[in-house]
Amino acid sequence: MNAQRLLAARAGVAFVLRRLAAALPNLLGVVIVTFLLTRALPGDPAAYFAGPAASREAIEEVRHALGLDRGLATQFGLYLRDLAQGDLGNSISTGRPVATELVERLPASLELTLVALVLATLIAVPLGVLAATRPGSMVDHLCRVIATAGVSLPTFFTGLLLAYVFYFLLGWAPPPTGRLDPAFSPPQAVTGFYLIDALLDADAELLAAVAGQIALPAITLALFVIAPISRMTRASMLGVLSSDFVRTARAVGLSRARVLYVYALRNALLPVVTTLGMVFSFLLGSSILVEKVFAWPGVGSYALEALVASDYAPVQGFVLVLAALYVLLNLVIDLAYGVVDPRARFEA
Amino acid sequence: MRRENLLTVVAASLFALFVLLALFGPWLVPYDPLSTSAGASLSPPDAAHWFGTDALGRDILSRVIVATRLDFGIAVAAVAVSFVIGATLGCLAGFHGGWHDRIISRLADTIMAFPLFVLAMGVVAAMGNTVANIVIATALINLPFYIRVARAEVNVRREAGYVEAARLSGASDARILVTHLFPNILPPMMVQISLNMGWAILNAAGLSFIGLGVRPPAAEWGIMVADGAQLIVSGEWWVAFFPGLALMLAVFSFNLLGDGLRDLIDPRRRT
Repeated sequence: MNAQRLLAARAGVAFVLRRLAAALPNLLGVVIVTFLLTRALPGDPAAYFAGPAASREAIEEVRHALGLDRGLATQFGLYLRDLAQGDLGNSISTGRPVATELVERLPASLELTLVALVLATLIAVPLGVLAATRPGSMVDHLCRVIATAGVSLPTFFTGLLLAYVFYFLLGWAPPPTGRLDPAFSPPQAVTGFYLIDALLDADAELLAAVAGQIALPAITLALFVIAPISRMTRASMLGVLSSDFVRTARAVGLSRARVLYVYALRNALLPVVTTLGMVFSFLLGSSILVEKVFAWPGVGSYALEALVASDYAPVQGFVLVLAALYVLLNLVIDLAYGVVDPRARFEA
Repeated sequence: MRRENLLTVVAASLFALFVLLALFGPWLVPYDPLSTSAGASLSPPDAAHWFGTDALGRDILSRVIVATRLDFGIAVAAVAVSFVIGATLGCLAGFHGGWHDRIISRLADTIMAFPLFVLAMGVVAAMGNTVANIVIATALINLPFYIRVARAEVNVRREAGYVEAARLSGASDARILVTHLFPNILPPMMVQISLNMGWAILNAAGLSFIGLGVRPPAAEWGIMVADGAQLIVSGEWWVAFFPGLALMLAVFSFNLLGDGLRDLIDPRRRT
């Protein structure tokens, strides 16, 4: 018994280490690509980073400060050193460190993305189950069309449509401008997530205002990722429903709901967890567009403002931070999968 | 079964319509898509302007039609570049294995380690804001999918009987790859193309929506939606609605066709 437990624990530790080791090359790849992107700037990077009004000497100074007058390998070393110190350069337009500004704006983006993910899961999983229990039926076809339509929707277009219908025509939603109506002051920052912070402040009015503001952008994002989640749920549910243990569960006379939700769904959700990686890629990408449409003060709109002003340090910082975040999310998904499905821990 | 066929027929007709518009659009439009008219700015859809006019008085129907060619052009070019490079790299990786495989697979993994739209945005921002760079960025983020499909398909076939036979009769590796393996991996690659095409259009339009790539006054769906974005809150819905609808229908028809094609070629992958 003890020996077995020891073996399982050892497999668990080995699993975590293996996953960490697998994430490292990806992280390194991300850093190398973003480094190369900083070198590929149109024209002279030194001139860009020095700003439009800089004199010749100032540009040379920046070139030296950025290490652009040295070899590529040395430059990469300097880049790594800056990264290790959390230095992503300064924004030309605001004059502040990019890292600070990104950290300030990250909670807004994360809150939007997570609310959208929860919303999409709540809709997509039942939809997928419904389609799988009645394959070939009207519901199944409807599910397929909805899923295909959802993934065909340009998020920026759906966002505008929702804003037009629910703000301009019906007046149900607040104006699509930001995280909070200017009439309110933001909740005391504990988590940086307005929904949670307003809840902690126990301010019902503020919570309603925050929820109203996040509803439309979150629905817009959710619509886009319902498709992959519901299709994966349907496919894996179909597989599980035809398996032996479900047949046995039915044969011994367990209720339909118990077979479906306790036995089948729990097993069917395992492959769905692994598709979350792709879902996050979609979510993080389209959140840029949604942030622009709803003037959401997150990292995406920050990068876009900088892009319009030809201010490249924030854009590069944004790409790096989002990519690093995405690698970490994938790591978390991998580890979560190991927790949910013990078999994964033992696979080589 | 019949219902699915109906859907595929609808999708195919829509697709054919878009192809016709892309080919002959400039000769079909009722107005010059670039001519402005201060007197007719922001007029709602009516008999003269079916889709209304934008802030500069340009006819939106004409602009939506003319934009088809540019949007399709970007997507087709991007997917073609991804297909050629991805198929070549994937075939090399799948056929030779070893260090070829390690380097090429690592390349695909590195691209996939980014949220893809964010990578495309970073690439266009770094390389310069041109339509050519939009094509390159869109091709780059599609590349891993083609590499993976080609690699997997070649890998399962490289020991196949007909490959052994060709090898015994003295064919070189290059010859086996090009004349024996490549034609056999084409069907799954075609499915990949049709599934990717809609996504490529969506990405390209998304990039121009955020102000990258196509410059005004050129007619392009993403930029037209961006033009209409500020007008939505004051009720001028048609400026953003019609180009957005065209974009959505185009992507929808591609996705449905892709699904139909996959069901035909590889029923097992149906989800």
